[in-house]
Amino acid sequence: MASHGIKDRVAIVGMGCTRFAEHWDKSLDDLIVDAAEETFASAGVTKDDVDAFWFGTAQSGMSGITMARPLQIDRKPVTRVENYCTTGSEALRAAAYAVASGAYDVAMALGAEKVKDSGYQGLNAFPIPNDGTARTLTAAAMFSMVAPAYGKKYGVGEDELTEVLARISWKNHQNGARNPRAQFRKEVSTETICASPRVAGRLGVFDCAGVADGAAAAIVVRAEDAHKYTDTPVYIKALSFAAGSGSGLIDPEYDYTWFPECAAAAQDAYAQAGITDPRHQLAMAEVHDCFTPTELVLMEDLGFAPRGTAWKEVLAGTFDRTGALPINPDGGLKSFGHPVGASGLRMFFEAWLQLRHEATPERQIDTDKTLALTHNLGGYPGEMVSFVSVVGTELG
Amino acid sequence: MTRGVVSIAGYVPFRRLQRSAVAAVFGSGGGKGARAVASHDEDTTTMGVEAARLALRSAPGSAPSALWFATATPAYLDKTNATTLHAALRQPADVAAFDFGGALRSGPGALRTALESGGPGATLVVVSDRRDGLPTSADESAGGDGAAAVLVADDGPGTPVIAQYLGGASVSDEFLDRWRTAGDRRSRTWEERFGETRYVPLGAEAWQAGLKAAGVAADEVDRVVVTGMHGRAAKAVGRALGVRDGVLADDLALTVGQTGAAHAGLVLAAMLEQSGPGEVVAVVSLADGADVLVLRTTPAIAAWSPADPVAAQVAAGADLPYGKFLTWRGMVTPEPPRRPEPQRVSSSAAWRNEEWKFGFVGSQDRSSGAVHLPPSRVSMAGGAVDDMVPIDRADAEATIATYTIDRLAYSPSPPIVFAVLDFDGGGRFPVELTDVDPDTVDIGDRVAMTFRKLYTADGIHDYFWKAKPVRVASGDAAD
Repeated sequence: MASHGIKDRVAIVGMGCTRFAEHWDKSLDDLIVDAAEETFASAGVTKDDVDAFWFGTAQSGMSGITMARPLQIDRKPVTRVENYCTTGSEALRAAAYAVASGAYDVAMALGAEKVKDSGYQGLNAFPIPNDGTARTLTAAAMFSMVAPAYGKKYGVGEDELTEVLARISWKNHQNGARNPRAQFRKEVSTETICASPRVAGRLGVFDCAGVADGAAAAIVVRAEDAHKYTDTPVYIKALSFAAGSGSGLIDPEYDYTWFPECAAAAQDAYAQAGITDPRHQLAMAEVHDCFTPTELVLMEDLGFAPRGTAWKEVLAGTFDRTGALPINPDGGLKSFGHPVGASGLRMFFEAWLQLRHEATPERQIDTDKTLALTHNLGGYPGEMVSFVSVVGTELG
Repeated sequence: MTRGVVSIAGYVPFRRLQRSAVAAVFGSGGGKGARAVASHDEDTTTMGVEAARLALRSAPGSAPSALWFATATPAYLDKTNATTLHAALRQPADVAAFDFGGALRSGPGALRTALESGGPGATLVVVSDRRDGLPTSADESAGGDGAAAVLVADDGPGTPVIAQYLGGASVSDEFLDRWRTAGDRRSRTWEERFGETRYVPLGAEAWQAGLKAAGVAADEVDRVVVTGMHGRAAKAVGRALGVRDGVLADDLALTVGQTGAAHAGLVLAAMLEQSGPGEVVAVVSLADGADVLVLRTTPAIAAWSPADPVAAQVAAGADLPYGKFLTWRGMVTPEPPRRPEPQRVSSSAAWRNEEWKFGFVGSQDRSSGAVHLPPSRVSMAGGAVDDMVPIDRADAEATIATYTIDRLAYSPSPPIVFAVLDFDGGGRFPVELTDVDPDTVDIGDRVAMTFRKLYTADGIHDYFWKAKPVRVASGDAAD
C-alpha cells in the first residue's frame, strides 16, 4: 500500500480559461464552449483528437451530458465529477490517471460553474433530503472560527491579526488587478478592506472569495508524446488528494488552527514529487484562499512557514508577487473569482502561464525555478477534502 | 390511596416584552409590567418539552405510563403533538401520548382528569400555550407564553406524592365570551361585562363545590390563584373566595402574562415551589365554566427540589424590542435574509434518526470512549465497527470551545450565533445558540441544551436541539 504518484508520466499540453466574472450574458454552455475551444487551440487539437473527457461541476449540471451536449461530443466517454470545491482539480486528476494508465492517449479535463443564475449571493448547496439536524451555516461562518483560534494559540493580537488578514486580501487584489481574466481588477486599500461590512465573525466582505461564473480546461497526454503538441509542456509531478473523515467537527482535540487534510495532501504530494524544501524549491503556489484566514493557515499546512509564523511572513511580503514565494499571483479565489467546478483548473492555468513565462509582463513572476504547486480544498474546517498538485517544466 | 402531584415544573421563555413598549410605538395599548415571549424558535410543543424535562428531572426514578399534552395553540393539527414530546423526552413506546386540543379549558381539564382518575402508573400532564393578539390589543399585552408539566400518580415507591389531591370541581356552561376559529391569528371577545356576569357566579359555585369535595374550609386554604383570560372576572372571583388575607398568590400577570391553557399548571407550579409541608394549595380556572383543584402538600415536598423554579425563570428574563416581538409573532414581515429558504425535513430520515433528532442521543465507542454526535456505526478513534452504546447528551452541560456569528445564513431571526461545544462527560458538537445576545457570547461560557424548532417548511416543523447559556438566577427560590 502506497501513494506512488505518476511523476513525469503525464504532461499538460494545452490549457484555456475564460474570464471569471458575473457572466449574466453567458450560459453554462457558452462557458464550456469558450474554455474548450481555447484549450483545443492551445494544444493544436480538435475535439475528435481527444479520447476521453472529465467534466467537473459542483452544481451546475448532472452527468457528462452537461459537457457533451454543448460541445457535441458523440459516443465518447464523458464523465462528470464532483468533490466540493476541489471538483476542477479532481477532473484533472481523473484525466491524468486515465492517460497514465494507458487507457487513453489524449484526455481533457474541463471545469465549469454557473453560479450567478441562482439569484442569491454566495454559494448555495444542493438540498439533499435529510433529517433537518445538519447545521446550515455559511462557509464564511465556518471559516471565521479559524482566525480567533489561530490568534489565541500563537499570541497574535486581534488588531494585528486583522492587519495580517487585510494584507492577504490586499495582496490578492494587487495581483488580480493586473490580470485581465480576473473577476475583480481593482486594487483595494487595507483601510477599505478593514472597513468592509461584516459577513460572519470578524470576516468582512473583502475577506471572502469572489463568486463568479467561469470555466477552465486542460488537455493531458503521456509525457513521451508531449512534444508532439508543444515545445513547452508542463509535467505532472504529483497529484495528491485527502478526504477527512469529518471527525474534526466532533473531535475535542481539533483546535481550528490548521487543516489536517491539507497538511496530509501536501506531505503526500511532496513525497510524490521528491520535494524536500517547498518554500525554496517552488517558483509559486496557487492556494485555496476562500477566506483570508484560510490562506494564512495554508501557508503553514503546506510547509511554506513553520507553525505560528505565517502571519509574520505575510506582513513581511514573503508571499507577494515579488516576494520569495509568490502565492496566488493570478489574484486567487479572492480576486480572480470562484466558479466552484472551474477553480482547480484555473489554478493549473496560472501555473501553466507562469512556468512557461507567458503571463503578461506586468504580472509575470521573475523566477528561474521550474516547479509550481496548486492547492484546492472543499468543505469546512473539521470536514474537508484537500487536493495538492506539483507541476514542472522539466523532467526528472 | 393518596393521589396527587409527584413533581411539577413551569417553563417561562427567556424573552420579555415590557408592555410600555407598545404605547411607545402606537400611542396606545400596552399596560404595566411585562409578558413572557416565546422565542422565534419556540412553539407550544418545544415549551412543553422544556417544562416536562424540568419536571422529570426533579422526579428521578419515576416512569410515566401516559403523556397528555394540552394547548389551545397546537403546532400541528391532525398530527399528535404529544408524540413529539414523547420522542424528545425519550419515553418508551408503550407510553401513551395524547393531545387534549383546542380549547383554553383543555389545560385545566387535563390536569383535573389526571388527578381524579386513579389507577396504576403515572401520568405526565403537559400544558402549554402561546397567546397572540393584534398590535395594541388587550390580548397582546395581557397574554403570555409558557408551559407547565405535572407528574401525577398514586403515592408509592418511586412516586412520592408532594401534594395530595384533596378534591376539586368543574362547572360547565355554554356561552360566548372568547372564541377563535381554526386559522385565525387572534381571539375575539364579546362585551367584557357579559362574560363577567357569567364567570363570577360560575367561579363561586365551583369554588364551594371544590372545597366541599376536598373537605376543607375556605379559611384553611394557604395559597390560591384564580386564573383565566377574563382578567376582570378572575379578580372578582378572587375577592369573593373568602380566604384569609395574603392567601391570594401571585397570578404572574405582571411578569409572565396569561398563558392560556398553560396558566393553571404554571401558577400551581409556582405555588408548590414555594410551599412547605402541610399547606393547602388551590387553583381556580375560569374558561367556559370553572374548574377548581385543591391539594395539600405532604412531608415529601421537603425532599423535593425543583430543577429550575418559576420564580428563578421569571427573574432571569431579558427584554425584547417591540419590533422583534412583532416579527416573531408574524405581525410584521421584515426583509428576509437573501438566502434560499430551507427545504422541508424528510419524514423517513427524521423517523430513522428519531433518537438523535428528538432525543439528542449520540453514540459512544465502547473501546475508545470516542463520542459521535450524531451517532456513527464506525468509530473515529480506532475504527471499531458497530461497537457503540447510546450516549444521552440532552441533559449534559457544555463549554463553548469557539463560536462565530453568521450574518448571511438563513434564519427566521438573523444573525445565527453558532458555537462549538465540548460536553461535560465527552463529546463535541457545533450547534446554534439561542436565547442569547450575540455581543455577550464568549469562549468558555457554559451552556445547556434546549429543544427548539429550527424552521418550518411545507408545514413541517423542523425540531432539533440548540444550546442556551446557563444562567444563575439572582432570585433563587429553590434553596
